[in-house]
Amino acid sequence: MALLQLSEPGQAPDPHSRRIAVGIDLGTTHSLVAALRHGHTESLPDDRGRVLVPSIVRYRADGRCDIGHAAQAAQADDPEHTIASVKRLMGRKLADLPDASKLPYRLVDGAGMVHIETPQGAKSPVEVSAQILATLRQRAEDTFDSDLFGAVITVPAYFDDAQRQATKDAAELAGLKVLRLINEPTAAALAYGLDNGSEGLYLIYDLGGGTFDVSLLRLSRGVFEVVATGGDSALGGDDFDRALASWALARSGMMAETPHDKQAMLTAARTAKEALTDAGQVPMVAALGVGPMRVTVDRAAFDAATRPLVERTIGVMRKVLRDARVDKDDVHGVVLVGGATRMPAVRAAVQAHFGRPPLINLDPDQVVALGAAIQANALAGNSREGELLLLDVIPLSLGLETMGGLVERIVERNTTIPVAKAQEFTTFKDGQTAMAIHVVQGERELVADCRSLARFELRGIPPMTAGAARIRVTFQVDADGLLSVSARELTAGVEATVVVKPSYGLSDGDVARMLQEGFRTAEDDMRARALREAQVDAERLALATRSALGADGDLLTAVERTAIEQHLAALDAARQGTDAAAVRSALDALADSTEAFAAARMNRSIRSALTGRRVEEV
Amino acid sequence: MKIDDDDFTLFGLQRRFAIDVDALAQRWRALQTEVHPDRFAVEGAAAQRVAMQWAMRVNEAYRRLKDPLERGKYLCELAGRRLDPHDNHAMPPSFLTRQMEWHEALADASSADAVKALDADVSVQLQRLRAGVQADLDEHHDAAAAVPKLRQWMFLARLREEIERRLEALET
Repeated sequence: MALLQLSEPGQAPDPHSRRIAVGIDLGTTHSLVAALRHGHTESLPDDRGRVLVPSIVRYRADGRCDIGHAAQAAQADDPEHTIASVKRLMGRKLADLPDASKLPYRLVDGAGMVHIETPQGAKSPVEVSAQILATLRQRAEDTFDSDLFGAVITVPAYFDDAQRQATKDAAELAGLKVLRLINEPTAAALAYGLDNGSEGLYLIYDLGGGTFDVSLLRLSRGVFEVVATGGDSALGGDDFDRALASWALARSGMMAETPHDKQAMLTAARTAKEALTDAGQVPMVAALGVGPMRVTVDRAAFDAATRPLVERTIGVMRKVLRDARVDKDDVHGVVLVGGATRMPAVRAAVQAHFGRPPLINLDPDQVVALGAAIQANALAGNSREGELLLLDVIPLSLGLETMGGLVERIVERNTTIPVAKAQEFTTFKDGQTAMAIHVVQGERELVADCRSLARFELRGIPPMTAGAARIRVTFQVDADGLLSVSARELTAGVEATVVVKPSYGLSDGDVARMLQEGFRTAEDDMRARALREAQVDAERLALATRSALGADGDLLTAVERTAIEQHLAALDAARQGTDAAAVRSALDALADSTEAFAAARMNRSIRSALTGRRVEEV
Repeated sequence: MKIDDDDFTLFGLQRRFAIDVDALAQRWRALQTEVHPDRFAVEGAAAQRVAMQWAMRVNEAYRRLKDPLERGKYLCELAGRRLDPHDNHAMPPSFLTRQMEWHEALADASSADAVKALDADVSVQLQRLRAGVQADLDEHHDAAAAVPKLRQWMFLARLREEIERRLEALET
């Protein structure tokens, strides 16, 4: 709707009680859900008091699934059909996964991305993730005994467009309305910033199970501005397990070749790694097919085996500071996020680099979900006006393929979103009437080294001599970091526009099909839900419209005002009925009729912001 | 205040090259606080559309004003002297020669120190150009005189990017 909320604090037109919005950290090794409850943000536990859900789904031959702890318990017995660390597969093709052969399950290329073979057929990472998300959604709904308004879901800052789109698809499949995808380090900063009321530059070092992210943020009076971000989407705590497992095999002279042996080694390595956080030396035991593997590992051996990994993280950190043109002494604090930052070697390395101890007072496993919950609450309209604002950036540059397989960058990485940028291109041959447009993401000069996001053709260019056509290609990145691209021919008054969404995402048809296949969402439920949602939206829009007419009605002519009031009356009538589509179309009609009014109100609002005075005084 | 106002008007600033960068950043945050789509998250599609357009517009203006080269080019454009990116004429031969020498020096540099020395050299030249642009635009109000300096600046900015890439490669 087109009415901008310019009301003063305390004048919010919404009569509803608080909307339940949650933050979800969909992690490589475990996931959790957090929300505002009893006046503060907290992680929601299951009926046994556990907040972390292992991100593991087991597909059983009997058609049922085990999720979380139950799946983890079965991991050693049924490694081929127990899917762990699925986040590493999101939006990826087989070719993107050089280590695929080391995984205990079978991967095949499927629609859009890799699929995993299970007794229940090939499952996409989106479907596996949706199982985990649906579990968390259920937990939240049980906790509040209420439907959810929506969720903020976190992704690694370094996730590319395909990975973000896949995450959004998974949420939709799990029946969650995505209020926003936010970057994990940013979420962590939110959790810390609001607790400490901090100002200045903060660096977030986020070493999760499968990804490493660094973000540099400037905090200033409730505005969280991401200055620069970097990372490695294929580096995480799991790699430390693998490094230790390799070390132990070399040390013991044994081999692990079956899926069962590989899994046993990884489990033993993780256990030993975690024990080494507190102990100086621990035994490491794994039951392999040929017999038990036993070694003793001390911290020095572990640190030596994993040093290259720690050094990689320090290198990334250095690059982020250089990108931001910031000296490490300008950083006010370093926040450690992710269970893997419990490793003493990581803490020591960060402390050595910055010459001061990092901030660790929030649980590194929970801090991301807590921050997401804070943002979810704000986006649901529950927090006080002006409390917080996130200004995030795109992590990777976006560009187009040009002659010779070179990349022309259109939007540079670390550009604040939302952003729109246009560039003009021209035809190469006389009489050329079509142009192929290939959208890529990445920092390299050659198309072959970047990730291909989408291809489309612009047709209907009037025949002209080479170089005479003017084709404007516009990149638009929304506040979720998702891209759409359009191309338009400007000469001779001829226009053609094509809008593409990245090809990795699921089509609406795919999502509908998957929804129908599962997730206990009967068709009637969906219809009732659609109507209820439309009615709530209608009520909200009607109230906001009336409130806006009261506050800024003087911006309208009598004719304009009458038109809006007629649409308002039509909406009131529609929302008494049971036809969701009719409510939606009345909503759209009212929204369209108020667009100019919204723009005028925005102009007034900005003028007041610039002069520092409120509307009434202008 | 309208979405199609020029960047300076949008940010409530005088049309000048010299700019208070901290005040600019503060103004940017204040504007985003008003227009960002997150402010209208519960208000539906049309409000989101208007907010999104505004947020993009504000980010575009901030990016242009923040970067001195972009700001200089924009001031010339406002004065009716748009820099055509395809127009390479009117480069003084001495500058072109200098350019080639620098590129050769960069290609030959084998150590980070050698690249840094070159970088310092280029930086001095950039400072000189920047001071010249500022005098042309703010004191003499002569956009035409600023244009060739900005064009040289564009060359050097690109050279600087190459230097940085080279340094990164040498340091890793």
